[in-house]
Amino acid sequence: MGMKVYGPAASTNVARVLVCLEEVDAEYELVPVDMPSGEHKSPEHLVRNPFGQVPAFQDGELILTESRAIAKYVLRKGGSQLLRECNLSESAVVNVWLEVEAAHFNSAMSPIIFQCFVVPMVLGGTPDMKIVQENLEKLKKALEVYEARLSKFKYLAGDFFSLADLSHFPTAYYLLGGPHASVIDAYPHVKAWIADIMARPSVKKVTELMKMPSAQTD
Amino acid sequence: MAPVKVFGSAMSTNVVRVLVCLEEVGAEYEVVNIDFQAKEHKSPEHVARNPFGQIPAFQDGDLFLFESRAIAKYVARKHKSADADLLREGNLNEAAMVDVWTEVEAHQYNPAISPIVYECLVNPAMKGLPTNQKVVDESLDKLKKVLEVYEARLSKTKYLAGDFVSFADLNHFPYTYYFMATPHALVFDSYPHVKVWWESLMSRPSVKKLSANMPTSWP
Repeated sequence: MGMKVYGPAASTNVARVLVCLEEVDAEYELVPVDMPSGEHKSPEHLVRNPFGQVPAFQDGELILTESRAIAKYVLRKGGSQLLRECNLSESAVVNVWLEVEAAHFNSAMSPIIFQCFVVPMVLGGTPDMKIVQENLEKLKKALEVYEARLSKFKYLAGDFFSLADLSHFPTAYYLLGGPHASVIDAYPHVKAWIADIMARPSVKKVTELMKMPSAQTD
Repeated sequence: MAPVKVFGSAMSTNVVRVLVCLEEVGAEYEVVNIDFQAKEHKSPEHVARNPFGQIPAFQDGDLFLFESRAIAKYVARKHKSADADLLREGNLNEAAMVDVWTEVEAHQYNPAISPIVYECLVNPAMKGLPTNQKVVDESLDKLKKVLEVYEARLSKTKYLAGDFVSFADLNHFPYTYYFMATPHALVFDSYPHVKVWWESLMSRPSVKKLSANMPTSWP
């Protein structure tokens, strides 16, 4: 049995895993999970992800959850250099910026994506602009730090591309596709860096999966 | 070799996250206090080490790091030994399980437990703010759901990543320690395997040593 990823490709956390599978050219199967009907809370899915979330991942007997943990497993198994685990200092800096992605970029982007995409398109509601504004301010503070960093180095961990950069792709995809894309115009190095990530073949392949009707959450 | 430096208060949860790994691997280190009340964490010197103006920051020779989990992983990796293999990177599957439960701590456990610590201890003691009971109640509901998952897991394995203690378990120490000083500590009594797991973490020499410097009662 090959590797299986459970969840809609349009989910940022699922996409994070898919892009790593593409980077190492792995064979895998994407198994849909119908979230609007609550399939992610079904007994079958809870066996794979006890928190009732996506993605879940299976490789033989091994079942994993948490996209960044799955991403690392996939990259290591595939012999990728995107973690730099052969080098103590480099791998440490990759981990620093992976943590930054989760704690500062994703934490601001997630509520914005929820309000601007999920609320209108899936829940049929109106975005809460107060939440969007608060998180845009947080995002801008983070982007200032990113701009300073990317003015010194080509990529976040140094002059080499790593999982730290790649991990930003799913949320960057929604930022570019949403009403607040112009926020990055004030940060030219960030803008160029995002364009570089989006041009990768693995990223292009996964964005196609994210756009497919079967991948949508409604 | 010069001892590594950890910048931040030795009482702060995220600083302790790093210190517990340093203690577990037996590395020499120095804690350089950063005066939060005097806003030293926002000073140019500190922002040069941590561009988000947070603690901890870390220095090992020419290498500067920030983000407590990244720092702690570096420490665990650098000082890996037969007695201290916290990341299990020699085994693909074991390393994956350590990563999973480290992420679970960050994304499921911590967001449920930390608001209770902030509302019940930090806000009243350090900011003179009253406890927001609504936040506490919502967080307790979330925490109980998380603890159900932990109970199921720890009924099957001795520790989170398997039958070996790992980086994932240690990451739970700082915030849980302070949670036990809030009025809600008894919540853990409903999850017997979780309670046994917590007590076994508390009995580790590294944890006992650091606990001695962490207050259990707050002014």
